[in-house]
Amino acid sequence: MPDWLKPGWLLGLFALIFIFLLAFTYEQTRERIAIQEQLRLEAQLKEILVAGSYDNEPATDVLEIEGDKRTVYRARLQGQPVAALFKTVAKDGYSGSINLLVGIKPNGELLGVRALAHRETPGLGDEIDLRRSDWVLDFAGRSLRNPMPDDWAVKKDGGVFDAFTGATITPRAVVGEVKKTLIYFQAHQHELFQ
Amino acid sequence: MSTPNVSDILYQGLWKNNPGLVQLLGLCPLLAVSNTFINALGMGMATTLVLTSSNFVVALSRPVLREEIRIAIFVLVIAGFVGVVELVMNAYFYELYLILGIFIPLIVTNCIIIGRAEAFASRQPLWAATLDGFVMGLGFTLVLLLLGSMREIVGSATLFADAHLLFGEWGQHMSISFGEDARGILLFALPPGAFIGLGLLVAIKNVIDEKLSKPKTVAVQISSPTTADASA
Repeated sequence: MPDWLKPGWLLGLFALIFIFLLAFTYEQTRERIAIQEQLRLEAQLKEILVAGSYDNEPATDVLEIEGDKRTVYRARLQGQPVAALFKTVAKDGYSGSINLLVGIKPNGELLGVRALAHRETPGLGDEIDLRRSDWVLDFAGRSLRNPMPDDWAVKKDGGVFDAFTGATITPRAVVGEVKKTLIYFQAHQHELFQ
Repeated sequence: MSTPNVSDILYQGLWKNNPGLVQLLGLCPLLAVSNTFINALGMGMATTLVLTSSNFVVALSRPVLREEIRIAIFVLVIAGFVGVVELVMNAYFYELYLILGIFIPLIVTNCIIIGRAEAFASRQPLWAATLDGFVMGLGFTLVLLLLGSMREIVGSATLFADAHLLFGEWGQHMSISFGEDARGILLFALPPGAFIGLGLLVAIKNVIDEKLSKPKTVAVQISSPTTADASA
């Protein structure tokens, strides 16, 4: 082999070794990673759903809404709809996107709202997190009739929802996204449970 | 470069040339994920694992390593191991993996790792390089833990919160909270707290160094303790 080719071969050899190492690790962990993700999803759905109110596996009863970037998990009891759980994103948080889970009953009432992932300021915006404060619990039982759509805003914007001291942007984003989801649900309710 | 002995390597990694306090390398993860003890521990372990493995492989391949492609090989080795660590954490410490998020793949860019590969592992025997990788990682982890505990106690008024992410069930009982309503000083949970905390730690180390070297200063003029080592 000519001398000038050796570095190339060596580099290729190293690349090959690490490709195999990574592929092997990936194969070994793939199943467990899938299980972990599924477990986390189920745990999140159970936070909102009332135990015993459904008899299917909502985590596997999935509807992906194309173009809208929402995922819907459906809970049913003997085939009848119990709740639609939307995984949705409020894009206008203070530090990027806030991933939300919004549970809605067939009558349009909110079952509950949870912040799944966010990067809001600790101590200020992170009160949307149930571990920090019970602010999100206020959503349960609300609907587009309670309050009326025009009042679906934080108090600072003339609505009915509390904002935290020093952080208006975060609750505003969450309230806005929950409202959007409710409106979406109202418009597409019949397709959602097919 | 002559081969250092074991105590040399320990002294360099843990104190004299500590990556967090003296070399000040890898500041990005050090400052970013040191907001709680458990985050710091997870990050420290991941970094130590990558650093030890990469030093091991670099030293192992020393006989065939060529000058012109060594940096490319280092990067390949480091990126490969970070990929492995990321997958393993994703599988076994899923929630911690979600919290540390982008900082796991960013271990690739941690200068300590390529720095040790270039400055030490590629010139030393296998055992010394592996030990050096582990000890440097340990030194980095200890600083992370100190900073993490400091910031968690002052910033959030808790310690070992979310320990179950790393230790499973029994970690639930490790968490210490300083009073129900204690919220801590927010500044320390935020990025400025990381800079202030690290500054304090560096200052404390310098004071200790100065105290230790006092007897000698009577006879010899000694330059500032950090500047001589920082370039290593």
